[in-house]
Amino acid sequence: MVLIRAEGLVKTYRAGEVEVPAVKGVDFAIDSKSFVAFVGPSGSGKTTLLNMIGCLDRSTAGKLTVMDTDVGKLDRRAAADFRGRHIGFVFQDFNLIPVLTVYENIEYPLIMVQDWPESKRREQIARLLEAVGMSGQEKKRPDQISGGQKQRVAVARALATNAQLVLADEPTANLDHDTAYRIIELMKKMRDELGTTFIFSTHDPKIMSEAEVIFQLEDGRIHRQPLPQPQPKVALHA
Amino acid sequence: MLKVLKIAARNLARFGRRTLLTSVLITLGIVAVLLFVATTGSFKTIMIGQFTDSMLGHLQVHRKGYVASIDSLPLNLNMPPAMVAKVEDALKGNSAVEAWSPRVKFGAMFSNFTETTSVRVNGVDPAKEAATTPLLPGRLVGERKSGPLLRPGEILVPEVIARGLKVKVGDTVVLVATNLDGSVNGKTLVVGGIVQSATGPSGKDAYVDIEDARTLLRMKDAQVSEIAVRLKDPAQLDKEYAQLGRELSGVTNKEGKPALEVHTWADLSPFSSIVRMIDLLAVFIKVMLVSIVLISVMNVMMMAVYERIREIGTISAIGTPPRRILSLFLTEGLLLGVGGAALGTAISLVVIYALNIWKLSLKFGMQSSPVTLSPAVSVADVATIAGLVIVMSVLASLQPAWKASRMDPVRALGHV
Ligand SMILES: Nc1ncnc2c1ncn2[C@@H]1O[C@H](COP(=O)(O)OP(=O)(O)OP(=O)(O)O)[C@@H](O)[C@H]1O
Ligand SMILES: [Mg+2]
Repeated sequence: MVLIRAEGLVKTYRAGEVEVPAVKGVDFAIDSKSFVAFVGPSGSGKTTLLNMIGCLDRSTAGKLTVMDTDVGKLDRRAAADFRGRHIGFVFQDFNLIPVLTVYENIEYPLIMVQDWPESKRREQIARLLEAVGMSGQEKKRPDQISGGQKQRVAVARALATNAQLVLADEPTANLDHDTAYRIIELMKKMRDELGTTFIFSTHDPKIMSEAEVIFQLEDGRIHRQPLPQPQPKVALHA
Repeated sequence: MLKVLKIAARNLARFGRRTLLTSVLITLGIVAVLLFVATTGSFKTIMIGQFTDSMLGHLQVHRKGYVASIDSLPLNLNMPPAMVAKVEDALKGNSAVEAWSPRVKFGAMFSNFTETTSVRVNGVDPAKEAATTPLLPGRLVGERKSGPLLRPGEILVPEVIARGLKVKVGDTVVLVATNLDGSVNGKTLVVGGIVQSATGPSGKDAYVDIEDARTLLRMKDAQVSEIAVRLKDPAQLDKEYAQLGRELSGVTNKEGKPALEVHTWADLSPFSSIVRMIDLLAVFIKVMLVSIVLISVMNVMMMAVYERIREIGTISAIGTPPRRILSLFLTEGLLLGVGGAALGTAISLVVIYALNIWKLSLKFGMQSSPVTLSPAVSVADVATIAGLVIVMSVLASLQPAWKASRMDPVRALGHV
């Protein structure tokens, strides 16, 4: 089942007089439950593409459908609502809320974005803490845990509202190699358990090789066929 | 909502020093305003009391036009007995009135048989006068303090005349006055007491019995120049002024126009402008407080938003509705205001309580004994000022909070 479809998708930034073409007409489809990587050199358009998929930014031309919704047509408020209901985010800098504990950070979207009752929240958070391996740490503040642990909490927060899609722009860029690897493994495990679609971007070849579908970006275009994969579970749509 | 409160409180705690500084500023502002209101309020009450209770009463009733020419104490503008009866009927029927005193006022020459000076004379019923202006007995100086305030045939001499003419209690003096028909009459009286001035060092108000005054002026009937009225509760002044004015408007002259006029003590005393000054100062200091709150809260909230741009980007990206973000920052401002207001009110109440224990006394006027200030604030005052501060805090947070709620998540996330 296709979760995301892009047709002739274009994004041009306008900074005063100059126009910067960041995405120059791409077509692709991503199946649900897939584990996808956007790779490519700096400036190739990975973040731009992820922002459009995540309804944080709108395309200049072309069509982008996410979960049967033409997200190019959403206004600010509808986009916020759509993100809150369907999409989880994991950031490069973790972006946990510093005044909240681990538990409260995972709880945040359940209170401020959706309206979950207390008992359901407690159950969900306990399950996620267990799944990301942070049980017993829930009372700690973000500044009391390591980078890898922060990203685990961030993954749990992205999954808290049972989002069908999690977007992670360079989630491992601020982690050492081993930790980075374990975060990707965690995301993959969550995909296996929950069926959530994960899309992440990275520069790191070893990390990207963990993906099952790889889109190679260069200069705003999906440039060439993916690198040979050990055992690709899902085929490439390009 | 409880969670929003919790998050807001923790964010305030996170920047503890800044929060503390802002709350201290708000607190000090509130303390300044409440102490000012409390002490000046007490000062005002005492000052007003001095005027009303020693001379003016709270309200005065005259024949129309009397006050306009009060300097000459005109005898032709006295109220005839029928008119006086109507006024007294109205006063009798009013439960807010504690007492009243009819007076016959006139200008006279005062002589100790060797020297002569001018004097303003109040012919009064001693009992009624004492009930209407209870501070009058306390203004007596000199030997005699016991017995009735004033007996028929006696005169209470103003201190400045007693000193100037070297008159003592028990001396015989003479008053000479021009009557309404232009003839002159004199009457010898015994000095029953020396009375301090209520209106300043040069006040020359003497008191005699009202019947003595009528005899001296050869009045054929029981006419009256003014009726001073004392209310049970001075706070009801405006209401009772209007009430009495309404009731007496029915008393008309031959042309059918109102024949009487009612004045409050404030109309008759220059001190009322000082009271207005004090009230103006209070408004001014409240404006200062509002400015302090607005500026400091707005400043601290703008900083809070600026420092947390990435955090705002994060919560916005994950789908927090803009109005929630708005309420998050408004709540921070609200908490600052509530905290400052609570602390400020608490400190003020403690200080006001302390001022009432360690009496703050001051001496003023011709009063021989110092008066003690008893600062007090009403619940309404406290509620108004605390409410003002809280509302201002929220208003001051509005712009920064609005800005936060409208932030573009991509730009906010990219902010370093
Ligand atoms: N807000 C913006 N205004 C103007 N140009 C922009 C803006 N954001 C990105 N660009 C440009 O768009 C192009 C694609 O940028 P993008 O951030 O998507 O690349 P990227 O692949 O994520 O790079 P990196 O690996 O460095 O994160 C770049 O040329 C970049 O300079
Ligand atoms: Mg990028």
